[in-house]
Amino acid sequence: MAAPLLELTNVSTHFHSPAGRVRAVDGVSVSLEAGQTLGLVGESGSGKSVLARTIMGLLPSYAEIPEGSAITFDGQNLLTMDRKARRAISGPGIGMIFQDPMTSLNPVMKIGQQVYEGMRHHFGTSKAAGRQRAIELLTEVGIPQPDVRIDQFPHQLSGGMRQRVAIAIALACEPKLLIADEPTTALDVTVQSGILDLLQREQRDRGMTLILITHDLGVVAGRCDQVAVMYAGGIVETGSTRSLFARTRMRYTQALLDSIPRLDRPPHERLKSIGGRPPNLITPPPGCRFAPRCAFSDAQCESAIPPMQADEADATHSFACWHPRDPEQTAEEVA
Amino acid sequence: MADPTTNRPLDPVRPTLSRFRRMRPTTGKSGQFGIAFWLPLAWLVLISFTAIFAPWIGIQDPDSLDFINLQTPPNDAHLLGTDHLGRDVLARVIYGARVSLVVGFCAPVVGMLLGLPIGMIAGYFGGRIDGFIVGAIDTFLAVPGLVLLLLFSLIFGGSLLVVTVSLGLLFIPIFSRISRAATLSFKSSEFILAARTIGANDFNILVRELLPNVVLPVLAFGLVAVAGAIVVEGALSFLGLSVPAPHPSWGGMIAGGREHLEESPHISIFPAIVMFLTVLSFNLVGDTLRSRFADVREAAI
Repeated sequence: MAAPLLELTNVSTHFHSPAGRVRAVDGVSVSLEAGQTLGLVGESGSGKSVLARTIMGLLPSYAEIPEGSAITFDGQNLLTMDRKARRAISGPGIGMIFQDPMTSLNPVMKIGQQVYEGMRHHFGTSKAAGRQRAIELLTEVGIPQPDVRIDQFPHQLSGGMRQRVAIAIALACEPKLLIADEPTTALDVTVQSGILDLLQREQRDRGMTLILITHDLGVVAGRCDQVAVMYAGGIVETGSTRSLFARTRMRYTQALLDSIPRLDRPPHERLKSIGGRPPNLITPPPGCRFAPRCAFSDAQCESAIPPMQADEADATHSFACWHPRDPEQTAEEVA
Repeated sequence: MADPTTNRPLDPVRPTLSRFRRMRPTTGKSGQFGIAFWLPLAWLVLISFTAIFAPWIGIQDPDSLDFINLQTPPNDAHLLGTDHLGRDVLARVIYGARVSLVVGFCAPVVGMLLGLPIGMIAGYFGGRIDGFIVGAIDTFLAVPGLVLLLLFSLIFGGSLLVVTVSLGLLFIPIFSRISRAATLSFKSSEFILAARTIGANDFNILVRELLPNVVLPVLAFGLVAVAGAIVVEGALSFLGLSVPAPHPSWGGMIAGGREHLEESPHISIFPAIVMFLTVLSFNLVGDTLRSRFADVREAAI
């Protein structure tokens, strides 16, 4: 087995706030091989976007990455390298797509220029060659009339088109790893699958590694090789997509799955939801972070943090739970 | 209620609204500029054209003295009359426009060229750099502008260059404040983060990403600053601190006609009217363009 392209070891990101230290990301370890797709799932505030920005080096000045964290990309530790070397990786190494294409494109720059800006910066591509390549990329991401669109401004494009442009901008630098931070959340439902299909196709054609951040397990199901579920700053369950869905162990993952509306349910049935809120990350609960909201928690859950343990049937599937779900049991029985 | 002649229901709001729409000084929804834009613009074009081509448009020499026709009211030979030394007021107004326009345009440009980078650096880097720059600007603002201008013209003498540059320096604080505020509002935008994700460094971000965004509100203010600079230049030349005496300038002409206001008011009034119309025009055009920019930016968002 080759060395992983990206390896996170015990990564934490803390923010200094007037109320105290916010543990936005707390001890995350995950590794990803080249060409794989990782789905990073969790509800709002679970730390998935902060984790993405930590990898990308986009943290604000009041953030702190404690000692002992390591992010290894392509054999280099991203956290210890100097700013210039780090910038050289942004683009050709790791690219990123943001949630809202309304704000992630520069409103006063023509989209063509935004696409070849990265090439110009990293590869010294000439203007003419860059323009040619930008037209190719816009065609590739499915923008009609790219030779016209290239000279337009972002406000002349629809939301879905803008997200395609944002993808073209990231792809222009030929990244080895692409991080898509909720790329479809701000878009109409009708264009969401188109964007996801595009990302999946590019990932396959380029042999690119992809981290797909979402709060929608349904998005992850058909498109990712590996899934990591985040809760309150930490990964609570991770494994191959097949194993994670077939043999869900962690109670939180199960609760997320149960909350997906299903067509085979009778109409007017009450949708399931997870009661309560995610914990305060300044003073997290001493035990399992999910314990206060979990139907299966007991004294042990509330006092001791469960360690990550491997699933009996699949060593790559691991979870942190004191009372894991019996994988042989079906979802119906739990309900 | 119905209109008896046409038997159509009366709509009391509509006609008033459409009349308002016609009279609106700024742009309508259709994007057309109104008369309150074109008329001032035409005036500015006229003033600029005559000032630039003054020696070739067949007006009299602004400095030639005509002792037979002292203080004559407007007539065929002197369209706007003559002043107390018999100089043609029209010619002097046109040549005076050169001073006003040069100072009016160049002083804000000087202020912008220096203030914009200062404000952007303060807004972008924040922290100590920002604290230092903001403190320096506040200190600078505490010095009364007119006193500073008096000082400059006393030290370096009154000349077009000195007036332009010293007035330009006075514009630095306001331009740097505007560009700092604009930089602050844009620097946390996601497109700045997005630029970082493709490896842009601070210089790239400042020049290629932020500058095109920041320059719009700064330019919109620029036209208003032109009007302000013309007024201040007028005040300076009224006090005799701008271009030296025989050289025509609007403020100087107003000052020169001051002693003859009762018998021949035209000497002061014509340059005053021209200055008033020019300043008003810059403000109207500036306001229209600014609201137009705002419209475009709102549409973009």
